[in-house]
Formats: sequence, C-alpha cells, structure tokens
Amino acid sequence: MTREEAFVRLNKVFREVFDDESITVGEATTSEDIEDWDSFEHINLVVAVENEFSFKIPMGKVVTMKNVGEMVDIILELGK
Amino acid sequence: MRKELEYPFDSQYLLRKKKSLRRELLQTPNLMEKHIAILGGSTTHEVKNMLELFLLDQGIRPVFYESEYDQYWQDAMFPNAELEALAPDVIYIHTTNRNITAWPEPADSPEQVDALLEQEYGRFAAMWDKLRESYKCPIIQNNFEYPFFRLMGNQDASNIHGRVNFVTRLNMKFYEYAQTHDEFYIHDINYLAGDYGLEKWADQFFWHMYKYAMCMDAIPRVAFSVANIIKSLYGKNKKAFALDLDNTLWGGIVGDDGVENLALGQETSMGQAYTEFQAYLKELKKLGILLNVDSKNDHDNAIAGLNHPDGALKPEDFIVIKANWDPKSVNLVQMAQELSLLPESFVFVDDNPAEREIIRQQVPGVAIPPMEKVENYITVIDRSGFFELTKFTGDDLKRNEQYKENVARAQLQSSFANYDDYLLSLEMSATIKPFESMYMARIAQLTNKSNQFNLTTKRYTQEEIEKTAADEGYVTLYGKLTDKFGDNGVVAVVIGKIEDERLDIILWLMSCRVLKRDMEYAMMDLLAEKCRAQGLKEIRGYYYPTLKNGMVRDFYALQGFEKISEDEEGNTVWKLDISQGYEKKQHVIAVNGQEEHGA
Repeated sequence: MTREEAFVRLNKVFREVFDDESITVGEATTSEDIEDWDSFEHINLVVAVENEFSFKIPMGKVVTMKNVGEMVDIILELGK
Repeated sequence: MRKELEYPFDSQYLLRKKKSLRRELLQTPNLMEKHIAILGGSTTHEVKNMLELFLLDQGIRPVFYESEYDQYWQDAMFPNAELEALAPDVIYIHTTNRNITAWPEPADSPEQVDALLEQEYGRFAAMWDKLRESYKCPIIQNNFEYPFFRLMGNQDASNIHGRVNFVTRLNMKFYEYAQTHDEFYIHDINYLAGDYGLEKWADQFFWHMYKYAMCMDAIPRVAFSVANIIKSLYGKNKKAFALDLDNTLWGGIVGDDGVENLALGQETSMGQAYTEFQAYLKELKKLGILLNVDSKNDHDNAIAGLNHPDGALKPEDFIVIKANWDPKSVNLVQMAQELSLLPESFVFVDDNPAEREIIRQQVPGVAIPPMEKVENYITVIDRSGFFELTKFTGDDLKRNEQYKENVARAQLQSSFANYDDYLLSLEMSATIKPFESMYMARIAQLTNKSNQFNLTTKRYTQEEIEKTAADEGYVTLYGKLTDKFGDNGVVAVVIGKIEDERLDIILWLMSCRVLKRDMEYAMMDLLAEKCRAQGLKEIRGYYYPTLKNGMVRDFYALQGFEKISEDEEGNTVWKLDISQGYEKKQHVIAVNGQEEHGA
C-alpha cells in the first residue's frame, strides 16, 4: 500500500464517520479542521480506521498521534 | 424496520454509518417521543448514539438526558433541574463492575464481606428508591459483568473473597430488588459480556483511552439490548409466529419425502436440531407467544408432518394453520385478521430467502429473522429480542388458550343466522369496576400494548395507573369478560377526568380479542350510570387518529355521541348529554352478577 492509497481509503473512512462528503484530509489535517472531530468521535474514528486497515493501534501510539499524516505513518507500518 | 438494525447487525457498520442512518431514520413518520435519561458510571456517549438508532428503528424518538461522566449517583441523589425538566419516561443506569467501590480483602472475615456487600448494594438501592420517588418512571439497571481478571483463578468463583463471587452475590441482591419492585428492570450485561466473549468485551484499551467499560464493537449490542427492554415497555414486542414447515420445523419436504423420511427426532444430527427447535418454540408458547403455520403444502400433509411422533409440536399447539398454495403474504395477512392482530406483530420464520423477501416487500413491519442453518435457528430468534419480557401477567400464560377459544367462537358464530342469537349463546358475563389493585399491572400493560381499539393511545406506567385510580378527580373502569368458552381476563379500560359537571374520556381502549361482543356498550352503560350517580351531566369523548386506530374512528357516533369538532389532523371531539337520562345499549352480557341475558 502506497501513502496515496492509504490516504484514499482513509478519506473514505473520514467521510463516513463524520457524514460529510466534502471532507478531504491531508498530511497536516488535525481535529481542529473538522467540526465534529471531538474526543468522542476520535474513538469512533480510531476504531473505524482499525477496521478498515485490519489492525489494532496500540494505546501508546493513539495518544501521541498529532495529525492525519502521523495516522498514515502508523497505517503504513501496521495496516493491511 | 431496517435490516441493518435487526439482529445479526454489523456493529462496525453501525458505528461508522451512525450519522447518516440517524438522519434517515428521523424521517420516519409517526415517531413516538420518549424521554430517556442515561445515568452512566462510565462513558456513555456511543451508548446513547446507538440506543437512539435502535429506538428510532422501533418507532420511538428518544429525547435524552445524559449524565456527565460517572455522575450517575449524584444525578440520582441530589436535586437536578435539568433531569426534572426532562421528566424522564425511562431511566437507564449504565453502571458496570468499574463502579463497585470496594472489593473484599483476603483477610476479611465472612461478616466483613457481608457488610461490604450490604454497603455496595445499599448505595444502589438507596439510589433506586430515590429515583422511583422523584421520577415515578420505569428504571433499567445494568447488573455487573464478571471482572476481566481473577486473582484467585478458579477459586474466584466460589471463595467469598473472590471478585467473581462478590459480583455474583451482588447481582443476586439486585435481582431480589427487581423481584420485589414494579417497573424496575435488570439489564443483563453479565450475559451480554459472556455472550460476546469477556476477553474481547473487556479490552482495556477502551477503558484507559476513553473510559468506556466495554469495547466499542460491543456497544451496539448493549444498546440493542436496552432498546429491547424499552420497546417492550411501549408495547412493541412481537406476539405471534408465522412458521413455515418444510426445512423449518423439520428437515425435508413432507409432501415429497413422506412423514417417515423427515429429519426429526434423536436418530440423526439434523433430526435432533429440528426437534430442539420445535421444543424451543413450545417453550415460547408457554410464555404466551402464539404459534401459527404459514406453509405451502397440502393441508393433510402439513397435519401429518405435525403429528410426527418425534415432533415436540403437535397440531393442537397452533392457533391458525394455513397450509395451502396461496402466497404466504396473503396467508399471513389473513392470519393476522383472524387473530385480530396487526401483521407487524408477527415473526415470519422460513428457511427460504425468496419467501422471506416476498414478505419483506408485501407485508411491511413483519420481523423476518435470517433462518439460514437449522443449528442457528434458536440463536437467531433468541438474540433478536422479539419477545423481551417486561411485564408478565397471568394473562400471558393463558393467551394461547384464549385465542383457541376465539377460533371455537368463530366456528359457533357461523352456525347462527342472527348475530344477537350468537352473542346470547356465548353466555357472556362481565365484571366492570373501578381499577382494583390486583389488575394494575395488566391495565398498565394494556395501555401500552393496545393500538387498534384505542381512542387516544395514551400510555400509562403502572404507577400512573395507581395514582389515577386513587384520585377522586377521575373515574376509572376496567372490564373483564367471561363466556362459556373461557375467561378473557381484563380486556377493556376506561379513564375519565371530571371537569365540573362533565366527564372527559381521556382513555378508552379494548383488547381486539373481544371485538364485536358488545363489551364496549356494556362499558359505556356502566360509565354513564356512574357519571349520573355522581351528578355529572355530560360525557365528552376524544378520538385522536394514529396509523393503527382507524377501526374506532366512528366509535363515539356508534355510541350515540354528537360530534362537536374536528380539526385538520382528524382529531374529533364528541359529546353525550346524560342530564335527562341514558338508555342502556347492551342486552347480551350479564354485568357484575346481574341477570341481563335476553334481548
């Protein structure tokens, strides 16, 4: 999976979770950029990402993740 | 109902799609609004979201109060303006073993452990008492799931210092409270956790990250299970089965294979599975669920199959047997009519996906579990929560009998040319009296279950019923009808509110099992008599149309009332002047021990 492919799949997850077809995430996207992205939706997002890429994100990594780019780093490391 | 929200639903899909699903479900017409308070001992955000989806799917639009994180006890025990303003219809207390404050220590004496148990239980019991007093509404309380670790290994279950043992004992105390208090329901998360798999359920990632007491994927299961209790409280349980026969109640096709070659009985694995499924249905029948056959078969073949010596079910276990070559959807609708039930009260059980699809399209509202493998039949039906039991009355035990009697009455009716002669031949007698304590549960149940013969569709909790009965500003009547075939139990309920010299009928309902028996006239006769005795001069009736109560649109006209207004939605108001007298309308039922037979 290339970084671009990961972004395409990830973007689909974001659109579903936030029910917003206009979302396009990039390397630097953070929770500040998406209106409904609060701490409650964060867990939903994490679970949806885990399911999409068939892996479990360790707690240690979830807490340090700062933006979507770092999320993609983890996906490329652990995901399928 | 939407397939995505029926068992076996895809939890991941629901969590991902919840926003768009919610948006679509909110478009459903005629949603019933209910105020639900969630008092949580851990994060409840997603519990609330999922509960909303499952309730919307049942036609209930929840308006929520959600306590702040872990504030369940404070919210209950102290004045809470926001919660009071909501006036909850249901309170759900979402606590888990994370909310047990003190556990036994290895050195504790048995007395100390007992004291600890009382202390934990007492904290909850005080909260329930307080909530019942403050909000007078049904309470749903989680029991405790087993802990995810066992310090003592297997001993944890049997040793009084073990946490598994402590949870088990605490749960038993909760159940005792449930057994001795009305409108208090245990939500069995301990079963859910076991069913889901405790190891996965208790994934500590979700606790340490977000303070969820169970993993994310288990939350839709929790919410579905709570929604089942709530929908049951509001009369949305299923009542009857429409069962296919071939490859559903037995393996093989009776018309082709012959009775002797069906897979049924202990000789083969397949046969055992079908026998066990039949036995499961027979157990549900004991709880008052009606069994009916909807099968493409010659009638004689169907009966021969049902008389198979190894079958747990026999022809007499069924109320209606439709075994013919008509479309199953036609049979199901007819069956519903014969039983005076709505098609949506049925669960259609058929191994054939094509038949299931036809019902799905032709008869909306029928529950259609995916019957795919005989070894899973029981699991699928059981997990679907169709018959979630909240109130269980003696009536439920007798229901199958009563419907059978109805079939016998229908046969008798066809032998009379004159309907009045038929009614007289039933030798009916009724008890019509103000609400009495032994019937409060049944009366509350009727207000929540009756949809068709119901003028205002006003729902009551048992507590509200009891309060109304004790209030002198109201006139209440229940009606119980017996005839030569049997006792129908309490079948009619009326509540009128006294306004000066007038009585406003705010509730009038009757069970459809006694349609066309003149029971509604007997009720009105008694009501008018009572009103006149109290010096009232007028009775006013109200009809509020719903999707289901069209059959009583002209009820007050038939009772001799005069229509005084009608608005755009079809709500009508009627009046009957009783100041100059009242002429009795029914002559076929002996009421309260008086001889009234003979028209």
